[in-house]
Formats: sequence, structure tokens, C-alpha cells
Amino acid sequence: MMTTKDKIQAVEQFAERVVEVEGRSLWQDARRRFFSNHAAVTSLIILTMIAAIALLGPFFSQWNYDDIDWEALSDISTLGRPNIENGHYFGTDTLGRDIFVRTMQGGQISLLVGIMGSAVAIIIGTLYGAASGYLGGRVDSVMMRFLEILNSFPFMFFVIILMTLFGRHIFLIFVAIGAISWLDMARIVRGQTLSLKNKEYIEAAYACGVSTPKIILRHIVPNVLGIVVVYATLLVPNMILLESFISFLGLGVQEPMTSWGALISEGAQNMEIAIWQLAWPLGFLVVTLFCFNFLGDGLRDALDPKDR
Amino acid sequence: MLTFISKRILEAIPTLLILITVSFFLMHSAPGSPFSSERTLPPEVLANINAKYHLDEPVINQYFYYLGGLLQGDLGPSFRYKDFTINELIAQSFPVSAEIGIWSFLVALLIGVGCGIIAALRQNSWLDYSVMGFANLGIVLPNFVLAPLCILFFSIYNQWLPPGGWNGGAWPYLVMPVIAMSTSYIAQIARITRGSMIETMHSNFIRTARAKGLPKYRIIFQHALRPAMLPVISYLGPAFVGIVTGSVIVDVYFGTGGIGQHFINGALNRDYSMVMGVTILVGTLTILFNAIVDILYAVIDPKIRY
Amino acid sequence: MSLSNTENLLEVTNLRVNFRTPDGFVTAVNDLNFTLEQGQTLGIVGESGSGKSQTAFALMGLLAGNGVIEGEARFKGQNILTLNEKAMNRIRSKDIAMIFQDPMTSLNPYMKVGKQLMEVLMLHKGMSKAEAFEASVKMLDAVKMPEAHKRMNMYPHEFSGGMRQRVMIAMALLCQPKLLIADEPTTALDVTVQAQILTLLNELKDDFNTSIIMITHDLGVVAGLCDKVLVMYAGQTMEYGTAEDVFYRPTHPYTQGLLNAIPRLDADDEKLSTIPGNPPNLLQMPSGCPFQARCEFAKDRCGESMPELKEFAPGQLRACHKSVDGWVA
Repeated sequence: MMTTKDKIQAVEQFAERVVEVEGRSLWQDARRRFFSNHAAVTSLIILTMIAAIALLGPFFSQWNYDDIDWEALSDISTLGRPNIENGHYFGTDTLGRDIFVRTMQGGQISLLVGIMGSAVAIIIGTLYGAASGYLGGRVDSVMMRFLEILNSFPFMFFVIILMTLFGRHIFLIFVAIGAISWLDMARIVRGQTLSLKNKEYIEAAYACGVSTPKIILRHIVPNVLGIVVVYATLLVPNMILLESFISFLGLGVQEPMTSWGALISEGAQNMEIAIWQLAWPLGFLVVTLFCFNFLGDGLRDALDPKDR
Repeated sequence: MLTFISKRILEAIPTLLILITVSFFLMHSAPGSPFSSERTLPPEVLANINAKYHLDEPVINQYFYYLGGLLQGDLGPSFRYKDFTINELIAQSFPVSAEIGIWSFLVALLIGVGCGIIAALRQNSWLDYSVMGFANLGIVLPNFVLAPLCILFFSIYNQWLPPGGWNGGAWPYLVMPVIAMSTSYIAQIARITRGSMIETMHSNFIRTARAKGLPKYRIIFQHALRPAMLPVISYLGPAFVGIVTGSVIVDVYFGTGGIGQHFINGALNRDYSMVMGVTILVGTLTILFNAIVDILYAVIDPKIRY
Repeated sequence: MSLSNTENLLEVTNLRVNFRTPDGFVTAVNDLNFTLEQGQTLGIVGESGSGKSQTAFALMGLLAGNGVIEGEARFKGQNILTLNEKAMNRIRSKDIAMIFQDPMTSLNPYMKVGKQLMEVLMLHKGMSKAEAFEASVKMLDAVKMPEAHKRMNMYPHEFSGGMRQRVMIAMALLCQPKLLIADEPTTALDVTVQAQILTLLNELKDDFNTSIIMITHDLGVVAGLCDKVLVMYAGQTMEYGTAEDVFYRPTHPYTQGLLNAIPRLDADDEKLSTIPGNPPNLLQMPSGCPFQARCEFAKDRCGESMPELKEFAPGQLRACHKSVDGWVA
């Protein structure tokens, strides 16, 4: 006879294998469907390019993101125009700083906030949702009630309060944005968990005494990964938008650093005389958001092949 | 049904209390006081002012003073605009925000649902692609981007509309705020409507309706519309919050003088009672609206037991 | 076809249903021929995926968007496969009604049952609301729905599966159609409820003199109800004849296999006999007879050409290279 410990291990290995087998064919199928979706693949390529330009672009310019071109400063509306010769590919802002480099630097911040914010939201949301769904009963209803309460909070207002009161710090932006956005994630993951809970391998693991945190982390979480990935892709553009919104109100990143939202805000003030200050960051923002949306749709269709 | 409604409204009260408490202590845990920046005030005057607003007492006492006032519908005096109470300021600015908000909401709902249905029924036609193309564009053009673009187009390149102001809500002043606010919600609602309409039209009970020989318009309006609207209704809650938040942008851009402007100024100037007042107002509206959405959902879906 | 007859209610000739899929054309129904007289019941039997449901959908004009129909289906002399949506709507439910496989999802969950019944009468018979209500209650009574009056105001989710199927049947019979297509009407139901529903259909058939096309994979259902039987496999007709002939004198190896697979209480065999293997993938149909891979009598010839559907005795057709009495050299 096997000892209990052996049994637990055997069952766990078995459960993992079941998951794996199911998972592999699902992911393979999904990959095939994803790569036959031209819009999604194109979006992925464009996004990779944007990320590459944002990271590497500044090395190809003679300007730094906080350098002031005193010559251009004398007459922004003519000398600040986009110009290949003086190295201001995208023109300059009202302080004579290079828009190209600033757009790239702003892109780094915006993408970083988007990805980090989503990561925060996903980690909190997945764990919360999986725990709530798996534990069920009274714990579940209390946890869901708490979610409902939070859902009624005007979070954007809290973020603004936080930003004004505690000063601006990029870390605070991640946390604040991530903290707003985990609510939906938690709800989605909970729903998935509820349906997973009755699967045989979860019951088997439970019956053999695998601990609750272990079941949640090793059996539930990997299985909700598909939907999490899809939701994350759709979350990133929302994060970028939120950050831009905060930056737009002048509460985001600290000067001379910048983000797309902050650049758009500045550009909008000078759009009558220097439209390029608005156009470049706006273009990058819109294209990025566009691509993320198509990418998310493509992933969703690939992982959840319903006729929509 | 009545018990469901009253239960749903009773549930809102503790939520509201938590909201008030959290925002109160958040505000008061911030470094600095509303009057600390005013260096010109002699210390004894500052002390007097602090005493007047109970700022010299422990925070917990201030909390109960505030709650007491709130019970009587008093949001307290403004720390900035010294001759006004928050109630007066909100009474002045809220109708502006409400008017823009309601119009934006209606426009978003009507156009969004309409476009979504058309796109769903003409799936994969040029009409579908153009509606969805517009929707995808609308989603990525946030209000703070649309606002300047509107001004650029309607007021600067063409002098069609005034670039800002309110003027008692005359329609030329209303157009751009409503466009800026509603576009991304039109887009979202159109996408959601399209998706759920397509899914509904493929369901078995629609096949039954077709087998009955019902004409297409009756299948759509009598059989498909109700279930297809459910996801849209669940989106109304977030859309409402988004529109409320968007009023900050609209106020900043178009100088319409809604509550968003007061909120931003309040936050920048540490006008505690102003920020609290707006937060509580917005929170109450959100909670109330979520309750309405739940009730609406229960009315439409007979499977929900209440 | 020798069975053609001017008094036939329905004549289906060379019906073909193809689907355009990303992986190519799929032929779900391949050259189907049958006729149905007024008051007759035809059973279409086959495993899942044999094309029997698609036949029904094709006749009702309810095929999925990627479906393409060829052939003819003359209902009272008129080809209903080429009718436009508007003309088809005048026939649906009024002359040809359909009962679906899954009663749980086939009723609109957001509409009261009464309204779903009444709208049929108001549309096709031009009845007023009150008249339609009365007629609907009567029909619910006829399908033995207890407390019919009260149930008119209830939603589908308040009904059990069997009760919902009764509603579906009542709905299909409201206009006393000439033809009723029942697509596996009992599959989703409990065994006891299945029997009730079948008895009900049998009684209603006599009361209303309705012709029925009964689509099923359950041979027991066919035996109790049908006059004629058509056995389908992978979209093709294997055997077609009177119920008696097909049941007591099955000549096609597939039909024989199906009949042997019915568990019997009186037989001594402890082992359940089955047909080995699975139906072929419609995307990669083998050449020759589609059943050859599972057929115990298969010879080289079976892989080379599809046997023709031939009348070998009056009113009895089969498609098999093996002759009725065995292989002839």
C-alpha cells in the first residue's frame, strides 16, 4: 500500500498531466487560429516595432529628452517644425525640446505603466477571484460583497486625490491604476473558477488532501490563464489611457520626464501654432491602443472560438 | 419586486458610509492643512479659522462633526471660496454636469445600440466593417484627445461652434462636450451590442422563432432584442462612472463650470470639504445608478429571482 | 424514382446539402430521395453526423449561412427549396412545422410561454389576442399540459424538460400543419417522459391527420411510430422501405448492425453487440461505400465504387454491393 504522501503526489502528478494534455492541444489550436487572423498578427508586429522604437529610438537622435535647443526656442512655430537636418525629426516643443526623443521616452513610460499596471491588476485579481470562487460559501459572498462595494467607489477621484496629496511618483501611478482595474479581473476569474471547481482532477486533488492554497495556485490558476491573457491584453490599453488621463490633468509623471498623455496635454495647448506637438504623441498613442485592441480581440477569438 | 428594490437600496447605505469614511480619512491623512499655505495670516487668525472649522480637534471628532452635518444634508463650508458653502457650489455646478452627462449617456446609448444592431444584422458586410471600424477608432480616441480635436475642427479651422463656455446650456455650447464625452461609449456600446446580438441570433430559440414563420423585424425586436440588451445593461454601470469621470476633462477643456472643475481645483488647493462633497455626490450617484442597473436587469431577465 | 405519385404531400428529389468551411466543402446530405403521403410517417434514422438534422433544416429553410442546397423538395407540388424568405414564412409553422431536439433552449427564455404560442396564431390565422389565447390553451390541453390556463403566463424556465417539449409540440401543431418535422424530439428527455411524448405524437398524428418526418437515432422510436424508414449514413441513403420490411427483413449490413445493437431483454447474449469504429470524417470521405471500413462483409469492390441505391423488391431500396442473399460472384 502506498503511503498517503505518495498518493497525494501521484494524484497531483496525474492532475497536472491531465491539465497539461488538455492545455497543450488548446494552446496549439489557439496558436493556429491566432496566426490566421491577419489583423491581430499585424497588430502584434506593429506593437513590437513601437516598443522597439520607444526603447532604441533615443539612441539615434543627437538630442536628449531634456535638452533644450536654444536656437529653435527663438521661434518654435517655424524653427521648431519637424526637420531632418537639425535632428528634430518630429519638431520641438515650446521649450525647444526634441519631440521625437520625448515621444519615445513618453512611450517607454506609457508602455511600462500599461504593462506594470496590468500585471498588478492581474496578480491581485486572479488570486482574489480564484480564492473567492474556490472557497465558495460565506467567504465567497463576503469577498464578492467587498468587490461590489469597491465597484461603487469613484476610483478615478481617489487617484486624483492621492496624486495631489502625496505627490507624483511613477510607482504610485502603477499601484493606483492597478488597484482600480483588478475588480473585473477578479470577477471573471471567479466565474471561471466556479466552473472548474467541479472538474474531476480538482476534486481528486481535494479528496487526497492537497492543501487549499496549493490547489488554487497549481490547479486553478493555470487553467484560467487563457482568459487572463485575453483580458490582460485588453487591459493594457485601458492602463495606458488611465495614465494618459492622469498625466493629462498634470498629475502624472514628473517633468522633465514625460508620457504620451502629458505630451498630448502640452501639444493640445499649442495646437494652433504647432500641430506636430499634438500629432506625434497622439498618433503613437492611438496606433498603440488600436493594435492592443485588435490583438486582444484576436487572442480572444483564438482562445474562445465562438462565432461573434 | 418591491422588496428586491428596497433591499437593493438598503444595501447601498453601508457602501456609502464606507465610501465617506475612506475618503474622509484619506483626505485628512495628507500632509499639510488647507490654510497652511496662506503665509499672510497671523497665527492667531489661523488658530481662529482652524477652531471655526474644528481643524484643531482630533481627526475622529472632525469625522463625527462631518457625519452629523452630512445627515442634515450639509456638506460644510468651502475652505477656498470662503463665502460659499459646498452645497451652494454644487447646486450651481451640478446641473451643468448633469445636463452634459445625461445627453452624452442618451446619445451613447441610442447611437451605440443602433449601430451595433445594424452591424450585427449585416454581419461581414461593408456596413458592418465601417461601423466596427468607427467603433474601434472611437475606443482609442479618449475624451481628452477628442476634446482638443473638436476645438481644432469646429472652432479654429471652421468657426462653427464656440470653443468653450456654457451660456446656460445653449445647444452650441453643448455639442462639443457631448461629442467628446460620448464617442468612446458609442463605440463600446456598439461593439457589445453587435457581439451579443450575433450570439443571440445564433441561439436555438431564434431558430424556433424563424421556424414559426415570423418576419425578420419581429424576430429582432420581439425575440432577440431583450436578451441581446443584457450585456449592454451590465455595461451601463461602468459607462456611467466613465462619463462622470470624463466630466473632469470636459470641464477642464471647455470651461463649462461643472463639478469636475470644482473637484480638480479642490484637490489642487486642499479644499477638503469640496473634494469630499464631490466624491460623496459622485459615489452616491454611482451606487444609486448601479442599483438601478440591477433592478433593470431583474426586470428584463425573468430567470433572476428576487 | 418509381415511387413518385401526384398525391404525395412531399417529394424530395436529389437533395444535397453542402457546407462551405475553412477546410473545404463538406457534403452533409448526398442525393437524398424520398416521398411522403398525407398522414404517413417517415422515420429518418442514423448516427449523429449522418445528415439527418441537416435534411430537416434544409426543408425548413433554416440552414446555417454557409449551407448550399441542391435538388428539389416539392411540397404540394411547389418546390420549397427555392422560395424566398417571405414566401417561406407563409409556409413555416402554417403548413410545415418543426419540433427541435433541445427543448431546454428552443423556447425563448425571456418571453412568456403564452405569448410565444399566441404569436403563431395571430400571425398565420389573423386571430385576435383573446381568440389566440383561447386556442393556445386548448392546444396545451390537447398535449396534456396540466393547468394550461395558468401556465400561459409562465416563463420557460419554470417548466421541466418534458413540459417544454409539450409546449414545443403544441406550438408546432397550433396551425394544424400538413407536415410536422420532429428532430429527435425525445433525445434530451428522461426515458419515461420519452414514452409519454411519443404516445402523444402518435395520438396527435391520428387526431390531426398530420404527416410526420421523425428524425431519430433510436430505432425503437421508429418501430412504434413510422410507416416508412430511411436509413442514412454519412449523408447517404443506405436503405429505404416500409417500417415492417426494414425492421423484420433488414438487408443492408448497416441496418442489420443497428438492429443488432439494440439491447434485448429476451436474448441470452450477455455481450452487447456494437458496430465497431466511427462514422467517416465528412471532410475526407473515403472513395466507394462510406460504410466499408466498418462493414463485416466489405470486399474490394466496396472501396472502388459507391453502390447505387436500387429497388430490389417493390417499395424497398438499398445501396449495397452485397446482394440480398449474400455475395454473388
